[in-house]
Amino acid sequence: MANGIPKKKTRWHILVFLLPAVLVYTTIMILPLFGTLQLSLFSNVDNERIFVGLENFRTLFGDPRWSESFWNALKNNTWFFIVHMAVQNPIGIMLAALLSSPKLRMSAFYRTSIFIPTILSFVIIGFGWKLILSPIWGIAPSLLDAVGLKSLFAPWLGKEEYALTTLSLISVWQYVGIPMMLIYAALLNIPDEVLEAAECDGITGMSQFWKIKLPLILPSIGIISILTFVANFNAFDLIYAAQGALAGPNFSTDILGTFLYRTFFGFQLQLGDPHMGSTIASAMFAIILIGVCIYLFLIQTRMRRYQF
Amino acid sequence: MRNTIIKTLLLCSTVIGTTTIANAEDVTLTIESWRNDDLSIWQDKIIPAFEAENPGIKVKFTPSAPAEYNAVLNSKLEAGSAGDLITCRPFDASLSLYDKGQLASLADLEGMKNFSDVAKSAWITDDGKNPFCVPMASVIHGFIYNADAFAELGIEVPTTEAEFFAALDKIKEDGSYLPMAMGTNDQWEAATMGYNNIGPNYWKGEEGRIALIRGEQKLTDEAWVAPYRQLAKWKDYLGDGFEAQTYPDSQNLFTLGRAAIYPAGSWEISGFNAQADFKMGAFFPPVQNAGDDCYISDHTDIGLGMNAATKNPEAAKTFLNWVGTSEFASLYANALPGFFPLSDAPVTLEDPLAQEFISWRGKCSSSIRSTYQILSRGTPNLENETWNASVAAIKGTETPEEAGARLQEGLASWYKPQMK
Repeated sequence: MANGIPKKKTRWHILVFLLPAVLVYTTIMILPLFGTLQLSLFSNVDNERIFVGLENFRTLFGDPRWSESFWNALKNNTWFFIVHMAVQNPIGIMLAALLSSPKLRMSAFYRTSIFIPTILSFVIIGFGWKLILSPIWGIAPSLLDAVGLKSLFAPWLGKEEYALTTLSLISVWQYVGIPMMLIYAALLNIPDEVLEAAECDGITGMSQFWKIKLPLILPSIGIISILTFVANFNAFDLIYAAQGALAGPNFSTDILGTFLYRTFFGFQLQLGDPHMGSTIASAMFAIILIGVCIYLFLIQTRMRRYQF
Repeated sequence: MRNTIIKTLLLCSTVIGTTTIANAEDVTLTIESWRNDDLSIWQDKIIPAFEAENPGIKVKFTPSAPAEYNAVLNSKLEAGSAGDLITCRPFDASLSLYDKGQLASLADLEGMKNFSDVAKSAWITDDGKNPFCVPMASVIHGFIYNADAFAELGIEVPTTEAEFFAALDKIKEDGSYLPMAMGTNDQWEAATMGYNNIGPNYWKGEEGRIALIRGEQKLTDEAWVAPYRQLAKWKDYLGDGFEAQTYPDSQNLFTLGRAAIYPAGSWEISGFNAQADFKMGAFFPPVQNAGDDCYISDHTDIGLGMNAATKNPEAAKTFLNWVGTSEFASLYANALPGFFPLSDAPVTLEDPLAQEFISWRGKCSSSIRSTYQILSRGTPNLENETWNASVAAIKGTETPEEAGARLQEGLASWYKPQMK
C-alpha cells in the first residue's frame, strides 16, 4: 500500500467461468493426448505391458517395412496437402472475390450452394463420388461420352497414378466453401474509404484486388493455410469411406490417418497394435506441431497488420 | 486417479448400455456377434427352438457391425461388459482372446466330440489341446454361373482350366455377356475369391498349406506362384474399368444378368437367390488337367465361444452343447444357405445351389485359406500382402514371380520356419 496502488482483488469469477471448459477440454483432449504419448513408450510382450523407451520409434523409422509405409503415407499426405493449397485455397479466394463484387446478383444463392458440400457427411461424399466416377454405373463416363471425350475417361479411383489426386480434388470440392467464407468475411471487412481512396488514385478492377485487397486479406489466408495443414494431416474419413482401410490401390492413397487406423485397430487378420499405433499418432502430432510452430513463429510474427 | 475416472465413466456407459430387468428365476444369455444380417433368423428360428427345449434360459442376440466387431468386442471384454457367448472370428483374433484369458477353454465340453480336427483347427491352441470355440459354419469357394447364359451360348460347365478359358473366350467373343464379374477396387475379392479359390488345386490343399506352415515349401515355389499366373490371365475377361469396380458392383453386374461367371463364396447364395431372376449353377475351381484330384477352399468362418467372465457358465455350456447338435446344424444351414455346418452330423439342405456347393465335399478334398492359420501373425501381414499381390497380378503391375518373391521375403522376415 506504500506506493498507493490498491491491492487487486482476486478475481474469482475468471476461474469459475473458465473451469467447465478447462475440465471438459482436459478430459477429452489433454489426458488422451498424454495417454497416447505414454502408450507409445510401451510395448506388449506376452500380454504384459513393458516400458521400452523409444524402441517403437526406432522400429517405425528404422525397420525397412515400417519406415517404407510411414514415408509412403507421409509423402501421400504431403501431396494431399499440396493439392489443397494449390487448388482449394486459390479457388476459394477467387470465389470470395467474385461473391463480394457488388454487381453480382443472386450471390446468396451461390454462396449457399458452394458451401453445402462442406456440411454433408464424408460418407455421402465418398460414396456419392465413387458412384459418379464408377466405370459401370457412373455418370462421369456417359457425360464425357456426350461431349466426345470418352477417351479421356479412366477408372480414376482404381489407378495407382490417379487415385490420390482424384480423392484430393473430391476433398477440395467438399471443403472449398470454408476458405471462401473466411475470405469473404475478410473482404467485407475492408472499409469502403480505403477502396474509395484507391479509386481516387486510379487503382480499380484487377489491380485494386492485387494491390489493395489481397494484402489486406493476407492474415486470413495465413489462418486458412494453417487450418488446411492441420486438417489435411489429420485427414482420414474420406479415404476410409472411398477406399477402405487398406487405402488402395496398392497403398497409393494411404495417408497418415489410414496408416494409424490400420495399425492401431488392426485390419482383417492383422491384429491391432495400440503401441505402434500410438507411436504413429505421436509422430503425426510432432509433424503437426512443427508445422504450426513454423507458422506461428516465422510467418505470423512477420505479417503486417493494418489499422483502419 | 485417472484410472478411477476412466473406470467410472466406462461403468456409467456400461450400466446405461446393458441394464436389463432380470427375472429372478430365468438366466439370460447374451450373444455377441458381427452377423447383424442374421438377426431375424436368430430371433425367429434359432433362439425359440433352444428356449423351447431349455426352459429357464433366455437368449439375446446382440450383433454389431462387421467392420467394428473386433474393436467393439475387445473394449467390451476389457471393460467387463461383454455378453456370455462370443461369436468367434477364425484363428488369431480369437486365439489372442483365449491367451488373454477372456475366452474359456472348452476342452471338456461334451458337444466338441461332434467335430473333426479340420473343423476345430480354427479355434484351438497351437498345441491342439484346448479348443475354445464351437465351430458353427464354414464357407466354400467356387464359381457361380448364369445357367441361362451358358445354355444360350451352348457352353458346358468347365472342369479343366483349358475348358474354363475356352468358355471365357466364347462368352467374350459372343459379347452379350461380360465373361467374369470381379473388380480389384476393394482388393479382398482378388485374394479371397481369386487366389485362395483357385489356389488349392495347385498347392494340393492341406498338403501344401501345412508344408508352408512347417517351412517345407516357399511362396516362390511353382505351386504358390502358378495361381498368380492364372489370375494374370483373368484380366482380359473382366469388365471395362475393373480397377475401380467394387464388390457390390460385381454382385450387381452378376445378379442383373450382365455377367456370366462370378468367382464366389457360398455366402452369396441367399443374396443371389433373392436378386437374380435367372437360373444359377455352380462349379468348383477347374483342375489343371482332366482327371486331376480337385481341392476346394472350405473355410472355417464362424464359431461360438464362452466369455471366461460369464456369470452363467452352466447355461452357456448348455447352449454351446446344443450348437454342436445336428438339430442346430440343420436349423442354421437351412436358414442361411451358404453357411455350411461343420459338425459330423448329417444335414439335409433344401437350397439347390447350396446343395451343389456342399456336394463338392464328397468329390474334392477340403482345405482352408492358406494365409489364415499362423502365417498372418506378424508384420507384414501375409493376408493383407496377398490381397495386394493378387490385385497386382490381375492388373499386370507385378509379374507372378515378383509377387511370390516379395511375399516370401516378407514372410521370412518374421516367421522362423521360413527363415532358412
